[in-house]
Amino acid sequence: MSLAGLIARYVVLIVMAVIILVPIAVAAISGFKTTGQVRANPFSLPRSPIWTNYTDVLRSDSFWRQAGNSLSIMLVTTLLVLALASSAAFVFSRFRFSGRNLLFTYYMLGLLCPITIAILPVYLVIRELGLVNTMWGVILPQVAFQLPVSVLILRNFFMAIPQELEDASYVDGGTPFQFFWRILLPLVRPGLAAVAVLTMVVSWNSFFLPLVTLNSERLWTLPLGVMQFSGQYSTDWARVLAFATLAMTPAVIFYLFAERQIIEGLTAGSIKG
Amino acid sequence: MMQSRASAMEISAAPPNRMRRQFNTGRMLTVAAFLLPSIALYSLLVFYPLFRAAYYGMFDWNGLGPLTDNVGIDNFRNVLSDGLFRKALRHNVTILLLSLLIQLPLAIVLAILASGNIRGRAFFRTVFFLPYVLSEVVTAVIWSFLLQPNSGINDVLERVIPGFKAVPWLGDPDIVLYVVFVVITWRFIGFHIVLYLAGLQGIPAELTDAAKLDGASPLRVVFDVVLPLLGPTIRISVFLSVIGSLQFFDLIWVMTQGGPVNATETMATYMYKYSFQRFEIGYGAAVSLVIFGICFGFALLYQRFVLSRDYDNALA
Repeated sequence: MSLAGLIARYVVLIVMAVIILVPIAVAAISGFKTTGQVRANPFSLPRSPIWTNYTDVLRSDSFWRQAGNSLSIMLVTTLLVLALASSAAFVFSRFRFSGRNLLFTYYMLGLLCPITIAILPVYLVIRELGLVNTMWGVILPQVAFQLPVSVLILRNFFMAIPQELEDASYVDGGTPFQFFWRILLPLVRPGLAAVAVLTMVVSWNSFFLPLVTLNSERLWTLPLGVMQFSGQYSTDWARVLAFATLAMTPAVIFYLFAERQIIEGLTAGSIKG
Repeated sequence: MMQSRASAMEISAAPPNRMRRQFNTGRMLTVAAFLLPSIALYSLLVFYPLFRAAYYGMFDWNGLGPLTDNVGIDNFRNVLSDGLFRKALRHNVTILLLSLLIQLPLAIVLAILASGNIRGRAFFRTVFFLPYVLSEVVTAVIWSFLLQPNSGINDVLERVIPGFKAVPWLGDPDIVLYVVFVVITWRFIGFHIVLYLAGLQGIPAELTDAAKLDGASPLRVVFDVVLPLLGPTIRISVFLSVIGSLQFFDLIWVMTQGGPVNATETMATYMYKYSFQRFEIGYGAAVSLVIFGICFGFALLYQRFVLSRDYDNALA
């Protein structure tokens, strides 16, 4: 490639990277300024960093409570998705019975029904079940809507495991459950990891479902907290951006450590599906 | 694979009939035990709600008390003829078209530029995808700050461009939808770039090398070799972009709540306002089903006429 071409290529990529990174950096840096400084010089570095915006948030009960709620909902959601999706994918990949394809199609129809569209109908069922304003009112719908893509990803991983392994397990007198638990699952750890991180990111960032389901502030998750906080301190941008930065930090750190699995999880379902 | 399983079973199927029947019953019990919990939850919370909504949609109902006021299909008719719903639909379609015409081509260009033997490839991928792991709420808060009338981006533009007058990015109904589209692109383009990077990796280097040896210019290589081979990825990316565009909520809700004067109203914010602020549950249910119908109709047509070309990518 010509040198000019290479330089042009880098210029475009770097400009795009700057456009992506600057807003995030501005948010994080603004937390170290006073609101006056933020307003007057939004893109400048602070002369001497101010810690109170961050420490105030970190000292508040509400931030930690919301982070704890987000974390519990995320962990329970992920465990349930892994358990339910892997057992369903096991059946769809290793058993033959009449109606299997029909059932699988039924499952995959869920891919066409994002939770945003179904939010009111789901809310009404949650209410019938008496789960409004409970953690389960968020967890169970999240699990249900996460199942189709997870089943799809795991089924593809399961189908790649050689039949001979399964035959050997049964010849040795193993039950299907033993084959599933002791042989199949350990072999598809990358698939389980992809499904887990995908579910974790979706759950951590979930907003619409908690918004309609959780009324009491005690149960709020971080995205709800960010929205409420930015409404409450609408003009105090330094404080709001400090809160937003702290809310996004876990996701960013997690992403930097598990980038490969996250990208695999987020794209595998869509490429295969 | 299924073939080999069947033959393995026939070989082991020496035991008498009675035994085999027990074995099959056992298999069916296993299948049921593994499948029922997930099918039950999925049916209860994904499918059953839609059927309930179809029923509620035929009533004038505030969500409390008995369903007495059956209005037949009036709710559905009213949704489709309501000027505001049509406006919201137009906004969704505008975002959709802008995504297809600007966001996806830009994603393809960036993916091509960031692929191949280039230093910093992994870095660019990491950066481009980063906004996608932020919640839409955080994205909206950050951009609300940058798009303020009297600070943020305006402040920079005032310093750089002499005589620049601050633009009320989120306050001017004529431009706000396009401003929101820019934020949407900022957050979602990385996802499509990553899809295209994966697609580009599947293209054998021999093909592009051969074209170059034959003297094809870089642009010819892209248009005649790379893009056709990227077809399946593009078709998936378009599909996801359309479905996503039809159901925008979080980002818009936090940034503008559909305003000013409904300039960024989408079908989802419209549905939210009727359902959860005015408590016209019957009407809200009808709106939900109309949105679902639009998405589902598109998905079926797209599946039938576009995706069916890539058999491997078929949805089911």
